[in-house]
Amino acid sequence: MPVIELADVSRAFTVTSRSGLRRTRREVRAVDGMTFSVEPGEVMGYIGPNGAGKSTTIKMLTGILVPSGGSIRVAGVDPSRHRLKLARRIGVVFGQRTTLWWDLPLKDSFAVLQKMYDVPLARHRENLATFVELLDLRDLLDVPVRQLSLGQRMRGDIAAALLHDPEIVYLDEPTIGLDVISKARLREFLAQVNAERRTTIILTTHDLDDIEALCTRVMVIDHGHQIFDGTLDGLKSSQSAPRTLVVDLAASLPAIEVAGATVVKVDGPRQHLTFPTSTSAAPLLAQIAANYPLVDLSVSEPTIESVITQLYNSA
Amino acid sequence: MVERIVRAPSQYWMLIMMWVRSSMAYPASFVLMLFSSMVLTVMDFVAIVLMFSHITSFGGFSLAEMALLYATASITLGIADLFTGSIERVGERIRTGTFDAYLIRPVPAFLQTAADGFALRRIGRPLQALVVMVFAFSRLDVDWTVARGIMLVVSIAAGTVIFGAIFVLGAAFQFVSVDSAELANSFTYGGQTLTQYPLAVFGKEIVRAVTFVVPLAFVNYYPVLYLLGKPAPLGLPSWIGLLSPLVAVVMVALASLAWRAGLRRYRSTGS
Repeated sequence: MPVIELADVSRAFTVTSRSGLRRTRREVRAVDGMTFSVEPGEVMGYIGPNGAGKSTTIKMLTGILVPSGGSIRVAGVDPSRHRLKLARRIGVVFGQRTTLWWDLPLKDSFAVLQKMYDVPLARHRENLATFVELLDLRDLLDVPVRQLSLGQRMRGDIAAALLHDPEIVYLDEPTIGLDVISKARLREFLAQVNAERRTTIILTTHDLDDIEALCTRVMVIDHGHQIFDGTLDGLKSSQSAPRTLVVDLAASLPAIEVAGATVVKVDGPRQHLTFPTSTSAAPLLAQIAANYPLVDLSVSEPTIESVITQLYNSA
Repeated sequence: MVERIVRAPSQYWMLIMMWVRSSMAYPASFVLMLFSSMVLTVMDFVAIVLMFSHITSFGGFSLAEMALLYATASITLGIADLFTGSIERVGERIRTGTFDAYLIRPVPAFLQTAADGFALRRIGRPLQALVVMVFAFSRLDVDWTVARGIMLVVSIAAGTVIFGAIFVLGAAFQFVSVDSAELANSFTYGGQTLTQYPLAVFGKEIVRAVTFVVPLAFVNYYPVLYLLGKPAPLGLPSWIGLLSPLVAVVMVALASLAWRAGLRRYRSTGS
């Protein structure tokens, strides 16, 4: 049974703009006719350009925002009507701002959360020990949140969101502004939480490596509409972004001729060719090796960025 | 709903204790802040005492009677400020987007906002006012009965609730206009300054306004008039001083409706 269900959900905002003395009001649909469901234990990447409606959706799923149309059920309840009840079963991380108490040491924030969520003390200690270990928080526990670096604060926020054993965790841009190592550790941690606790994770991000490392499912939205829902491989093959073949020849030659591929760039003895994802590279190589003095080669897959850029442009 | 109300006191207590513990991490600094809060707030009364070195009566009130007015105004505002004063920061939280963090927690946003940054040092104001009250009663000739005693305690509680409700109303208004914190301040901190004087000296229009519009006169003025056996202004009956609890109930109802409306607006407009 799905843990999250949206049926034809929309959310409109009234935007007031002023030009001179005249004020015009216009309705903007941040989310429009969204329908999907998420199964327990899924890790779904929720991506789209700025202003696509990602955060609006997350806010509706937590019950902060009331949808203007359609119906939502999360963990069996309507989020906006049972916000307090639902709060015990979900964890939320807003990457841009902390949900912790700015002036309090991290350990005090954790202690308050234990009481707020009525987590049994033994369970709280167990969870805290695990997260302190995995997220390397030991030296940070006595530091007020305002003195933490962005990466440290994010680790604290993520631990805070998981302390009450939520069934569902929403992460709104959790890796924003983090360095490469911090990102990798965070992803590893989230993957582990998902594997061990079957926590459903919904992740919005601009970092496609997050998706690649974590998500079993990707949803792409733009202008409040879903434009793709499926696996990452499905996303790649849905678009005709070409693969690239780079060959190094023994000598500088004019553009080579190969059936099924096109030369896009000649760089001395190195030539770049593109060919459709549906074509196999082997026959092309055979052709080139037979006709030209081939020294070295490499094949590269389309980057997910190029796939998504293409998707946004075609939508 | 019932469960929510039953749990509220312990949840609120848990939240404020968190702040108390954190401020107690630096005890010397806490004591200093408490002391300076007492000294700062008692200055209003010092001004009244200085005034009485030139006069013997102000608006029909002797120094001891003025001390009682001052003390009741300061105690009620002080306690309300201690427990609900932080709620005025809601506008700032809305502006910076951190209000959302309250809405993802299983504790009502109202409690979290009211407890936000709870500062125990604010107890300095009601503490100094209590000292002034002891001084007032030592000089006043009140014919104490059990009923009068209860009436005084209930009136102070009602006055505290009225000020608290005004803090909440002001905060609720910030859902509409995030920069309006100062507006509420003029009724709360400003209201305390007003109510430490016999309101009749400000003229009938002001008395009408603080009786029927923003019922600040019920915080302490009418109860004190009743206690001292003085007639009420505007030809109002003297038992009007007994109505404070009723006014407090009405104010709480209004504040609660306003807060809910504000929160609903926030959740449906996203700003």
